[in-house]
Amino acid sequence: MDRKNFFDPAPPQFYAELMRENLAKTFALTDTQIFRRAPLPKSYTDFLGRKLFLFLLTLQGLAAFALITLGVILRKFRTARNVIGPRIRQEIARAGVALLPMFLFVALALGFLVIGQTISTLARVGATDYLGSTMVIVIVRELGPLLAAMLVLARVGTAHVIELGTARALGEVEALEALGIDPVHYLIVPRVIGMAVGVFALTVYLIIGALASGYLFAFLQDVPLTPGDYFRQLAGALGWLDFALLALKTIAFGFFIAIVTCYHGLAQPLRLEDVSRVAVRAVSQGVIVCVLIDALFIVLYLMT
Amino acid sequence: MNETENNAMVEMHNVSVGTMRDISFVVLEDVNWTVAPGEFWTVAGQQHSGKSDFLMLTAGLMAPVDGDCKLFGTDTRIFGEAKLAERLHVGFVFAGGQLFNQLTIRENVALPLQYHRDLTSGAAAPEVQTLLELLELTPLADLAPPDISDNWRQRAALARALLLKPKLLLLDNPLAGLGTRHRHWWLRFLDQLWRGHDWCGGRPMTIAVTTDDLRPWRSPNRKFALLRDKKFSPLGPWNEVESANDPVIKELLAEPMETTI
Repeated sequence: MDRKNFFDPAPPQFYAELMRENLAKTFALTDTQIFRRAPLPKSYTDFLGRKLFLFLLTLQGLAAFALITLGVILRKFRTARNVIGPRIRQEIARAGVALLPMFLFVALALGFLVIGQTISTLARVGATDYLGSTMVIVIVRELGPLLAAMLVLARVGTAHVIELGTARALGEVEALEALGIDPVHYLIVPRVIGMAVGVFALTVYLIIGALASGYLFAFLQDVPLTPGDYFRQLAGALGWLDFALLALKTIAFGFFIAIVTCYHGLAQPLRLEDVSRVAVRAVSQGVIVCVLIDALFIVLYLMT
Repeated sequence: MNETENNAMVEMHNVSVGTMRDISFVVLEDVNWTVAPGEFWTVAGQQHSGKSDFLMLTAGLMAPVDGDCKLFGTDTRIFGEAKLAERLHVGFVFAGGQLFNQLTIRENVALPLQYHRDLTSGAAAPEVQTLLELLELTPLADLAPPDISDNWRQRAALARALLLKPKLLLLDNPLAGLGTRHRHWWLRFLDQLWRGHDWCGGRPMTIAVTTDDLRPWRSPNRKFALLRDKKFSPLGPWNEVESANDPVIKELLAEPMETTI
């Protein structure tokens, strides 16, 4: 733990020791602050090197934070359920139920703008046989989950960073520690579970809404396709793997968006003026994480 | 090691204290301090003398940079979850209260009880209500912390710290910014806790406070210490504090400057 500078490798027990102490500084990014507060680099290579180190340090911090959160979820599954249970329900409501009206609008827009046009174009060129597989690839596998994740990141993820950053800046995290309450268990676990459940549920809702409104749009354009044929096309193109991977992918989106936003909220700001800057950084990293997870699942789809 | 040290609530040997923001930045060095059960300590210091960091280290909220610090005989370097029982014997009142702004005053006070005993809010309510009434907080119980004055916020923070009936109560500059009526209430109530309040079953409570104004803490039964120039110096009883020639002590005993426009 006693590192002279950043280039000394952190001993393997670094995070484990800090977690055992159960202190707020566990995730303090002192090393990244060194890079962020350093004067402007003199050359492009310095600039690139600094960016690379920042990237690696952030990756290390995020991975440690994700593992610690997973550990706390498993280890404290039965701890303080009367306190954590309502907080999880509150977070599910915030990252799920509260977003339903917005998702209804987005589902209608997606259906009218994208699916309806696709159906009518396919019908015009006589390629309605490909309708099912096109819808599954575009909506079920790609657009639905990714769009749901981005919207939840924008609506709820930013709120996480600001809430946690403010709580950290106002000393509420230290207050939790003084009360013997694990900040990860009380602040992070409900948000992570709430967001994972929320993104999964909202994606299903978005996909169903978009497919239904898309057909409605096509129907209004007199596309010669009965609802039965449309449903059969979709059902024929969907396999069990699509359902399994959709669930896995959306839960992964929710989990990692929550990890990135909570990590930046809890780890960085000790001053109120840092909170907005960190919120911007957390959202951009959240988008990158979502795209990387999406790419990983594309590889999985191609392998199966 | 004598008997007092064996039963000591707090023991510090050659401790160096860092800050919460940067633990490697030392604000106090070579601190040697022992708090025996039933003692009432007032640790005075000017602004930025390290009072808050010193108290946070005492509570086990951060590890010492150097030296040994023990709470109830347990090394605070490893004062984590395995030592939760010991941690819950310490009540801590932050300067400014540091209540959770998303919760009401009632929820703030109830949180430690609900969390550690896994109680619903209904099950915790009777005990919480008793404490709220004792601290005259009932009319404000359903308001959020930003909606009440600093005086009452600080009192709510005391309620939160007292709910689990700690053996050791640490208060960081509790009288700062309070009105005269509230200051008198605090001094009277802390004295009652120290002598043994009904809330804690009549058991005398060990108390340590930090302050930047020594005058309200005048009492022959209390122990005093001074933080200055990175050093912790025990001052002895009140009569020795009052007769000291030290300019810093004189400043901590001085009347606040009157300002006229």
